[in-house]
Amino acid sequence: MSNYTFFNHTADIGVEITGRTAKTLFVNAAYALFDVMIEGKTGRAAKREKKIIVEGTDISDLMMNFLRELLYLFNGEQFVMESCEMIQFTHKTLQARLAGESLQSNRHLVKTEIKAVTYSGLKVEKTQTGWSVRVIFDV
Amino acid sequence: MSDIKLEKLDDNRWLVPQTGDMRVPGIIYANERIYPLLKGDESARQVANVAHLPGIVKYSLAMPDVHWGYGFPIGGVAAFEMDSGIISPGGVGYDINCGCRLMSTSLTLQDIKTRLGDLTTALYQHIPSGVGSTGSVKLSGKDQKKVLEEGAAWAVKAGFGLHEDLETTEDGGAIAGADPEQVSDRALERGKQQLGTLGSGNHFLEVEVVQEIFDEEAAKAFGLYKGQIAVMIHTGSRGLGYQICDDYLALMVKHMQETKIVVPDRQLACAYLESRRGKNYLAAMACGANYAWANRQILMHRTREVFEKTLRMSPREVNMRLVYDVCHNIAKIESFMIGGVMKKLCIHRKGATRAFPAGHEALPERYRKVGQPVLIPGDMGTGSYVLVGQEKAMEETFGSACHGAGRVMSRSQAIKSSRGRSIARELSESGVLVMAGSKGTLNEEMPEAYKNVEDVVQVMHDAGIAKKVAKLKSVACIKG
Repeated sequence: MSNYTFFNHTADIGVEITGRTAKTLFVNAAYALFDVMIEGKTGRAAKREKKIIVEGTDISDLMMNFLRELLYLFNGEQFVMESCEMIQFTHKTLQARLAGESLQSNRHLVKTEIKAVTYSGLKVEKTQTGWSVRVIFDV
Repeated sequence: MSDIKLEKLDDNRWLVPQTGDMRVPGIIYANERIYPLLKGDESARQVANVAHLPGIVKYSLAMPDVHWGYGFPIGGVAAFEMDSGIISPGGVGYDINCGCRLMSTSLTLQDIKTRLGDLTTALYQHIPSGVGSTGSVKLSGKDQKKVLEEGAAWAVKAGFGLHEDLETTEDGGAIAGADPEQVSDRALERGKQQLGTLGSGNHFLEVEVVQEIFDEEAAKAFGLYKGQIAVMIHTGSRGLGYQICDDYLALMVKHMQETKIVVPDRQLACAYLESRRGKNYLAAMACGANYAWANRQILMHRTREVFEKTLRMSPREVNMRLVYDVCHNIAKIESFMIGGVMKKLCIHRKGATRAFPAGHEALPERYRKVGQPVLIPGDMGTGSYVLVGQEKAMEETFGSACHGAGRVMSRSQAIKSSRGRSIARELSESGVLVMAGSKGTLNEEMPEAYKNVEDVVQVMHDAGIAKKVAKLKSVACIKG
């Protein structure tokens, strides 16, 4: 089952992501970001690995900075993430191990160019069934 | 719809009443045809949110192409006092100096009709477009610094275009005060790859034909006449600009508490214009703006080359001249008469075009008598408008007008409603040849996804902010 759904936003792309725990919410958000951008992942073994450390003033800010970092890895370093594993996770800091590969036009179709992850209305919330966040990507 | 009750001021303006912590009221330009569209999203709420920012002057404005953005609405205009006001990266937008450039030619549709297919293919091949596209201009660190400082002038010096192109570029193609030291390594790195690229999404290059002239005098001054072929380019500062905005927004969000500025939405994070952070952002923003002007200048040069080569014509025969280049995502320090006194203000235009009237000193000599060309691209099927700025813009909108048609449909709605259709074929049947890197982009950008540009332009015309000069119909379009 998909852990995210789109909501209507006139100019940009709105995505609502859910997760059973706060930690899985973050992992699901990472997959959602790359799903919005890229189509046609291959099953081959990932060739690049990255370890990132991200901080935030609260859990929403942490989410923002986490997604910003992933977006930069794609836009600045052409890193296409295939898996994300949380090594350490609190509501103010996280350490993640990412596996993926370099963007290649014959293997990846870039569906959407995301210019940025916006702060607009971004709020990580605890729900009755777990955690959720609504994010607007500027495209 | 937002819970805000708008009050009708006249046929073209609606008031967002000042409530709660709003420092000023808001005004939205809309007529009876545009007004119902405001109910569909949160843009009126965003107009009200902007009115909360410190140092805002007179009112928070929205042009008739207003739609739901993030932080500021798209189509938003707001002016701030230099000593007590703020600068907000979100009020400029991620794509710093996203803008339009219109070039006229000496060709008519008849001259290119049989070669239009070849011309479109050649443009598509030689104008790098699409996500992550890289340009043919490879920059060394030293050159990049010059691009950021000198903008379009750097491109002309490097052989991309003519000196006269700079005369008809807003601000001569460079904002003063650019300081590359204020731009992060990440932004610089992204910028190195992408100079001379169109990008994706709503960015495009369009071959158009002048379909109708409304104002003969202004059209003549702009060098436009019925039946003439023109080219419109819409793009901005690419990854470099997005990264500058992202970097400074994060920085300002982080420091909001110490500045004691309370904003209703984090995306409105800002710094006082007089603060170090505010000044640094302005210096970095100027770098982004200058990069965008160099980018459009290079793309124009490539377009000239493609026309001349494909049509086997000399530069003189094609005679591609720059009518004007305007930015529509920017913050500018400009002077306006406020309560009888000329005052310097910081004008945020996020999805809004400068629209200075006749006589303004910022205009090139040849347009000084008629006013500034205001370039308004519509959707792919409809084409574009050229307007001319009027005196009333100085009185009411801080010298600003709309910037496009404005979306009414979200991208996912557009994709849904385009299911089972070929947008490329539909456009081709209506006489527009389209080449796009992805079908998704085409579907998202389908004509129905936008407001009717004619309605939007009519509001500006009737309100006396900018008058209609010419309508152009697209005949070919390339997109990323």
